[in-house]
Amino acid sequence: MKKDKFIISRKNFSSRLIVGTGKYKSMHECAKAIKLSGAEIVTVAVRRVNITDKKKPLLMDYIDPKKITYLPNTAGCFNSKEALRTLRLAREIGGWKLVKLEVLGDKKNLFPEMIETLKSTEILTKEGFKVMVYCNDDPLMAKRLENSGACAIMPLAAPIGSGLGIINEINIKIIRKQTKLPLIIDAGLGQASDAAIAMELGCDGVLVNTAIAKAKKPFQMALAFKNAVIAGRQSYLSGRIKKTLYGNPSSPKSGII
Amino acid sequence: MKKKIKIKLNGKLKTINNKSTLFNIVQKNKIPLAKVAIELNQEIVDKKKIKNINLKNNDKIEIVHFIGGG
Repeated sequence: MKKDKFIISRKNFSSRLIVGTGKYKSMHECAKAIKLSGAEIVTVAVRRVNITDKKKPLLMDYIDPKKITYLPNTAGCFNSKEALRTLRLAREIGGWKLVKLEVLGDKKNLFPEMIETLKSTEILTKEGFKVMVYCNDDPLMAKRLENSGACAIMPLAAPIGSGLGIINEINIKIIRKQTKLPLIIDAGLGQASDAAIAMELGCDGVLVNTAIAKAKKPFQMALAFKNAVIAGRQSYLSGRIKKTLYGNPSSPKSGII
Repeated sequence: MKKKIKIKLNGKLKTINNKSTLFNIVQKNKIPLAKVAIELNQEIVDKKKIKNINLKNNDKIEIVHFIGGG
């Protein structure tokens, strides 16, 4: 069997599940969930160092960036200027060039501000960043991002943290057909089967945070997502049967007594 | 008496000695240099050069690191 590779910006990964590191009860819980999920890439946010409480645990002490690929994000940025500033700082921390761009347009629905996102993608690519772009599920916009140098297209399934699952499967399928770039569903998944569906639609991977971090049992859910992504991918590669309106018996019709 | 200046460190007003360098601030606040990025007045600072950067009145310093996020 040909090896099924998941390549982002020329780097080969074996897990197709990317997880976020936010919303966990503790760093310890976060680190354990990541381990169980099998993820090799984790998203991280850039924030001010706490000057007053120096004993606060650091993410890097729990998740080793030498073993797990850090994917700095621009969460909380509402325009291109903020996003660029954030990612330039992220690069400065330790040379991170692979980044997740996320420019939001509305504080309530957290939908991406696509004009600013597009603008930022162009600038960041020119500056040598490898930009994985959080976007809406619009095939036309996805195409424009691709033309602007994005290294991965990451459409939402539904609003961030909503747990609604994939709202528009058709658009995801269209984006899949039109792009050779890694296609990763980012945001809005609620349970493991949502991830399996994303993979069965032909996505290359999924990015999950809230669904794992806020599950009643995050460790079990991390494992569930890991298995769902593997199952969904295998199912996609296996070539499903055609849907028919009527039944088709599984046992031979001949030799019936 | 040493002259004092006022700076903003991560949004907080601080009074420091006039001839303080950025390195002094990093040291005083026990900042793990390898795990942070530093901005001075919205411009990224080369961490290797902070010993040579003298702070002025009203300077704004931002020191950031990675935390959990989605």
